[in-house]
This record gives sequence, C-alpha cells and structure tokens, in this order.
Amino acid sequence: MVSFRFHQYQVVGRALPTPGDEQPKIYRMKLWATNEVRAKSKFWYFLRKLKKVKKSNGQILALNEIFERYPTVVKNYGIWLRYQSRTGYHNMYKEFRDTTLNGAVEQMYDEMASRHRVRSPCIQIIKTATVPNDMCKRENTKQFHDEKIRFPLIFKKVRPPSRVLKTTFKASRPNLFM
Amino acid sequence: MTFKRFVEIGRVALINYGKEYGRLVVIVDIIDQNRALVDAPDMVRCQINFKRLALTDIKIDIPKSPKKKTLIAAMEAADVKNRWEKSSWGRKLIVQKKRASLNDFDRFKVMLAKIKRGGVVKQELAKLKKQAA
Repeated sequence: MVSFRFHQYQVVGRALPTPGDEQPKIYRMKLWATNEVRAKSKFWYFLRKLKKVKKSNGQILALNEIFERYPTVVKNYGIWLRYQSRTGYHNMYKEFRDTTLNGAVEQMYDEMASRHRVRSPCIQIIKTATVPNDMCKRENTKQFHDEKIRFPLIFKKVRPPSRVLKTTFKASRPNLFM
Repeated sequence: MTFKRFVEIGRVALINYGKEYGRLVVIVDIIDQNRALVDAPDMVRCQINFKRLALTDIKIDIPKSPKKKTLIAAMEAADVKNRWEKSSWGRKLIVQKKRASLNDFDRFKVMLAKIKRGGVVKQELAKLKKQAA
C-alpha cells in the first residue's frame, strides 16, 4: 500500500492530578496528523477548546496509530469537516469511495485544496463514518453502487513501462483506442 | 468503432506500469472513476489506477469482491491461464520474455537457426524462380 500522508491516531490524555482533583477525567480523541508529534499537538489544541486544560497542566496517557481493519474492501466514507475559507468558517460533508479511511481522508484534503483552495492547516475533521450504500447522499459515489457496473476506458495511456525507457522521439503516432 | 473491452467485475487485465508490471489480474471491484480493486491468485488484493491497466478480452464470472478461493476456482473454470497463453497477445509476451532471458550461447543458437531457415527459404525461392523461368 502506498504510504499515507495523514495517519489516524488515538490520543488519550487528561489534566494532571492536583490536590483538588485526584482523578481528573480522561479524554480520548481520534484525529489525523502527519506524525505522532503533530498528533499530540493537535490533541491539546482541540482539548483546550473543549475543556480547561493545557499541555502544561496535562499529560498524554496513550498515543496509538489506528490502522484500517479491512483494507481490501471498498467502502463509502462520509467525512464531516469544518474549514476556514477566505470569508469565514464553514461546515461541509463530503463522500469518498476508497478502501481505507486514511485514503479517503487524503482524498478529502486533496479535493479541498483543489476545489476550494483550502490548505490542510485550515481543515478540521469533525467526524468520519463508513456509510452503507443506501445512505449515501452524493450522486458521484452512488453511481458506483451498481452491482453490474461496467464502462469502457476511452483513451489508452501510451507510455513506456518505466521512466528510464522514455524517449523524446517516436517513430510513429500512438494508437489511443483501447 | 464500438467498445468491446469494458471495465467490469471479472475482467482480466494486464498491469503495464509500475512494480507489478506484466502481471495478469482480475478486476474484483470498482472503487471509483479512476481506480479498481484487483486481485490475482498469488498477490494481496490491492487497488490500482486504470491508467496502469491494459484490459484483455478475457472475462470471468465472479460476484463482487469474492473470496480468494472463489476467485481461484472461477479462474480455473474459465481457464484464464491457458486462454491467455494461447491468445496472440499472450504468445507475444511469452516470446518477448524468452528473448530477454537468452544468454550468449542461446543467441548463437538462434543465429544459426535463422541462417538455416533463411537457407531453406532461399532454396525454395530458387526452385520457384527456375519453374517460372
């Protein structure tokens, strides 16, 4: 499998125990980051917004990477996100078809960057879910739910099997029909 | 000019780019417009872009995302391997592989065989010319 830019981590943390509160509540978060250090940082960023705790008076109890359970099964992923555009914050729901959740999240980041010019620091993933076929909302994903789907490939990509065999000049024009 | 080879579940395709170059795979599911889930008896099921696939004429009868056992049984039932090796495309690939794997002695033997064949052809041609003259 190709290596993913964004990995899914489960981060568990709590405030440090104080004389006033011996057993502070433990919070768990699932988030996406490029590496573990960033995952911990993101955890504190979100937790600060929700609870009165900061990295200086808190501790991370666990940090685990979450891997895809069934990476050979095609699934529909629904991603709810909050992003910052040039004019303010907006919520969005996007659907992707992929085999892994990390792949779908990567698709989401690419699509937000291309369609809305939103860079990855400005995107917050609110929720992700595997959506069963009948609950999908977007026509783009629903068109692949046909059991007997078939379509022709209309253009053949004519290229040498590897970059080293590339030549500037060819003897004849390529045949692009499949 | 209609299309005869379709991307569909059960279509046999050849990977023509990348690490898995030259492998015959079966399209087992379609992920989206650009990618398919492919599988072969001796590899882990993985996703691949259509740009890396060359579709063949062979199609087997499988349900969507079958178990490995079902896939292998269906490939045996449709006799994919023999149909491929007998097809002109398959035969050409076998010849290419053979030629690429020749050592110097083999190439010497090929040269002698070519000379012999050329000699036989020239003899026949001379006979025909004599008859025509």
